[in-house]
Order: sequence, then C-alpha cells, then structure tokens
Amino acid sequence: MAIAASIETGGRRAGAGAPVQAQKPRDSRNRGRRAPVIIYFVALIVVGLMLAPVAYIILGGFRSNSEITVNPSGLPASWHWSNYTDVLSSPSFWTQVGNSGIAAVATTAFVVALGLMAAFALSRYAFRGRGADYALFTAGLMFPLTVAITPLYILVRTLGLMNSLGGVIVPQIAFALPMTIIILVPFLSAIPNELQEAAAIDGLGRLGFFWRMVLRLSLPGVITVGILAFIGSWNAYMLPLFILNNEAAYTLPLGTQAFASQYAVDTAKVLAFTSLSMIPALIFFSLFERRIVGGLTGAVKG
Amino acid sequence: MAFLREDTQTTADAPGNAGPAGVSVTAPAPAGPRRRTRSKWPERGELAVLLGPALFVFVAFVLLPVALAAYYGFFSWSGYGPATDFVGLRNYVTILTDPDFHEALSHNAFIVVMSLVVQGPIAIGVALLLNRKLRFQSLIRVLIFVPYVISEVVVGLGWSLMLQSNGAVNDLLDKVGLGALATDWLSNPSIAIWTLLVIITWKYVGFAVILFLAGLQGIPEEITEAATIDGASYWQIQRHIVLPLMGPTVRIWAFLSIIGSLQLFDLVWIIWGQYVASTAGTSTMATYMVANGRNAGSYGYGSAVAVVIFLISLIVALVYQRFVLRRDTAGAITGGNI
Repeated sequence: MAIAASIETGGRRAGAGAPVQAQKPRDSRNRGRRAPVIIYFVALIVVGLMLAPVAYIILGGFRSNSEITVNPSGLPASWHWSNYTDVLSSPSFWTQVGNSGIAAVATTAFVVALGLMAAFALSRYAFRGRGADYALFTAGLMFPLTVAITPLYILVRTLGLMNSLGGVIVPQIAFALPMTIIILVPFLSAIPNELQEAAAIDGLGRLGFFWRMVLRLSLPGVITVGILAFIGSWNAYMLPLFILNNEAAYTLPLGTQAFASQYAVDTAKVLAFTSLSMIPALIFFSLFERRIVGGLTGAVKG
Repeated sequence: MAFLREDTQTTADAPGNAGPAGVSVTAPAPAGPRRRTRSKWPERGELAVLLGPALFVFVAFVLLPVALAAYYGFFSWSGYGPATDFVGLRNYVTILTDPDFHEALSHNAFIVVMSLVVQGPIAIGVALLLNRKLRFQSLIRVLIFVPYVISEVVVGLGWSLMLQSNGAVNDLLDKVGLGALATDWLSNPSIAIWTLLVIITWKYVGFAVILFLAGLQGIPEEITEAATIDGASYWQIQRHIVLPLMGPTVRIWAFLSIIGSLQLFDLVWIIWGQYVASTAGTSTMATYMVANGRNAGSYGYGSAVAVVIFLISLIVALVYQRFVLRRDTAGAITGGNI
C-alpha cells in the first residue's frame, strides 16, 4: 500500500494525484484568511438554483394532487407518504429497478475489465500499431450513439437481442470504451517501470504484474471509469428507447416516462416515481464524487 | 484480424503446459532487447488477449454501425430484408432541401452558440468563486453537480411539470408579483427554445464548473503568490494569470459542449416528443433523424441523416481542433503521443 500511495502522489499524470497535491499549499496559505460572507451568499444562491427543481420533484411526491393543482409551487401541507409507498409496492417499479441494475452492473463490469486490459496493452507494451490502436479508440469519441443508433438498432435486431438487456448492455460497453481507455491509459503509464522490473526479478511476468499490482495501483482510475459507466447506463435513454419495446424489459428511464404518460392525471405519484428513480445514481455519485473529479482532472490534462 | 486469432490460440495453449510457458516469460533477466526477441510470440498472444475483446466490441458495435449508416444512406429501405433499392444521393438531396431539416439545424446552431455564451461565463465565475478555502466546499461541489448526475428523463419530466401553464413556475411568478411574465413556456414557438436553453444550462453547467475547478487546482500556488507579492490585486490576478492558465480546460470543455449540442436528443424528445418539437420550434437534427427515419419506417433515410449529423460534427470538430485546440491536445485525436 505504501507503494501505491507514493505513486499516487508522485506521478503527476496519475489523475487523482494532482488535486491532492495542489490542495495542500492552498490550505496552509489561506488558513488565516476567511472567505467573505458574500461568497457564501452567492454559493448559497447557486446551490439553491441547482436544487430547487430537484426539491420540487421530491417534495411534490409528498403532496396530494388537489394540493398541487391549487397551489403548484407550495410546500406539502401534510406529508402524504402514500405516493411513495404505492410506488414502492408496485411490482413493475421493482422490475424496472432490477433491469436497470442488471444493465448498469454488467455494463460497468465489462467496461472496466475490457478497458483495463486494453489500456494495459496500450500503455505497457511496445508494439507496432500501438499509436494507431489508441487513435482508433480516441476517434470513438467522434462517433456518438446518435450517429450509430439507426443501424445499431438493425444490428441488434439481426442478432436477435431485441427486448433483451443484452441488446442494451453490449452496445453500451462499446460506446463507453473510448472514454474509459482515455482515462485509464495515463494512470497505467504513470506506474514506474522500475516497479515492473522489480516484479520481474521477483518472478512475476507481465501478466502476473497486471493481476497482482496494476489492478491495485490503478484503482482510482478504475473507480472513476466505473462510476461514469454505471451512471451513464443507469440514465441511458436513447438506446433502450430503440431496443426495449416490451414493458417487461423496460429500464427505469423508460418506465418512468411510461408511468408519467399512463398516470398523467396523478401528478403526485409521477413525482414520487421520478424521485425514487434518481436515488441510486445520486447515492452512487455522492459516495465517489472525489474520484470522479480526480479522474476528470487526469483526463483534461491528458 | 486473422493474425490476432492465431495468437489467441497460442496463449490459450500456454496455461496448459504451465512449466515451459511460465519459464519463458519470467526467466529471462531484464536484459531488454534480448528478452523482447525471445518472447515475441507469447507477447503477441498476451496482446491479443488484452486488446482483442475491447477492439472486437468496439469495432462491431461502434465502427460497424457507423459504416453501415454510410452504406444504408444510399438506399431507400424499410429496414426489412436486404437493402436493394439504390437511390444514390437522393436521400441527401431530400435532407438538404427539407425546410424541416434546416429548421432543426438552426436550432442546433442556436444551442451550440448559446450554450457556450451562457454556460461558459457562469461556470468560470462560479468556479473562481469556489476556488478558495470554504466551509462545506466538498458539499457545495456535490450539490452543484447533482443536476448533471440525474437522468434526462427525470430532468425532462420534472421541468415539464414545473413549466406547464398552470405549473409551479407561473404560480411562483404570480406570488412574487411578476404574474405578467407568466406564459406558456413549452409550446410558444418564440419562447420554447429559450426554455430548452435554460434547462440545458441548468443540467450541464455543473459539469463545466467541476471541470474548471479541477483545472484551477492545477495552477501552481507559487504563481499567484508571486503576483500578490508584486502588488497585483485579486481581480488582476484572476484576469491576467488565472484565466489564461485555465485556457486549455475551457477549450476542452467548449469542445465537449459543442459536440454534445450537435447531438442533442434526449431532453427534446422527452419534453416535447416527436410532434410538438417541430411545432414548438425545438426540433434538433437528432429528433429529425428519429422522426423521419425509424419512426417513419425509412431506415435508409434515417441513416443518411445520421451521416449528415456525423459530417457536420466532424467538420466542426476538425475546424475546432485545427484552430483552437491545436496546442492543448497535440495528437489526442490524431494519436501522435500516448
């Protein structure tokens, strides 16, 4: 673990290392100075604006429909838990949670595994065509889902994967790979060669080095790409919209939209359903916020 | 591809006779060049195992569909059976002369420009403001990022409920005495696109702030300290030192924002849907593609629209790369250095 720590702060290119490093001197310099109150005031306004619509959705779920009609922008007069408990006791909600969960976990697992393997090859092997391979993956950023969706739908249909989660998962893996590899390659390149040589002396081959050391040393990067893949899959709309036409196969975003049009008059319940559908992504994100920011820093500095 | 498959075979055998394979990989002392020549085949096998799956999935599900789009774009095709009705460039002529597409394109252009103009300054301002020691700093950062993390469906449903003519926004305006401003935010064609802009700004500005904060933390403290000692004011430091040093981050963010704006689909489709989007004036190239491609059963035409979107994005990206990004990402897309 000591080695991991030294690499994280020592290698400037290891994304998560940079912010940690930069923060230390700032803390010591600003210790005496306190931010003026106006800054807190502006920050409060910004945060308030960002949270107000979210609060509207969550609080609206606790209101009754007549309340919402009479006073659309008010707070709950009395707290109606029934909207939430109704949604939580409906089997279709849990089916959709399950579908979204399976899709997100499978996408994340495969993106991380395939991305890590490819990034390892691209960063620690010298071979002809390495630059071209890397360029191919980075060029993938130029092929967004929007451009590919029509033929992709045909392809998935031809493979017989319509209305199955596999038809969503595999394309999602493919489209998440470029960003994953771009973020992971700098992490793996930052691992010093001496470490690999030392491991070789101790009898560890390159693949052994990969299993025993690289996985652990690149954990910050892995967590970053994992979170991005998970949240991306959890929130995905366009691909499931094309692939999943059967309500039993719906993921949460599709289910939420279907629920909203089906129960258009029951605004309160729609709001409750909507609030519940965003919870997992929010929890996941708040747990690992630091990692995401760290990973983005690494990606930006590239 | 052929040689890759052969190599897979080689390594697949390797674990079987663990003895010799293990020795050949580990035994040679770290004498660089000699080791490389001796273990060339195992190394190629390792490479095939490591790179193969990712390359396969990527080529099959990203590059192949894009190539197929280019192919189908020349056909009039209902999506079933082989595409045989070759129509040459007719789809492209139809797209480029369709007033609906022109309108969609102009909406995309509006969103591209206004996203940069609105989100950029807001995000830079907020990032500069938050780039100091604050109580609750990490909490503030998390909260600003919340809209970016929740799904487009949640954002779309929440906002469209709030913005209904008898919704919370108009009600709130009424309560604070601005009832005169209340309007039909979603279906008035002269207002809807501005509404869309507000929602996009709300959803994506947090990403810009986080990116800029990350960029700011990469600026060495010594530089601003030196400027303070030389008597520079806070504003002078921000204007002449911090902002220029943030250049690379801002330019990368702008690139991501432009590409995202050109591909915009989810929010428009969720809030306005296929039919209202064109009457409310919020259609985009992507919603035009889905409405006139898949939903009209014209897969050839939809593919041609996809190609047009791709070419427009590519041209914009190349121009941006050539004239703006040049220095920052020397080779990130051309693949010069890893």
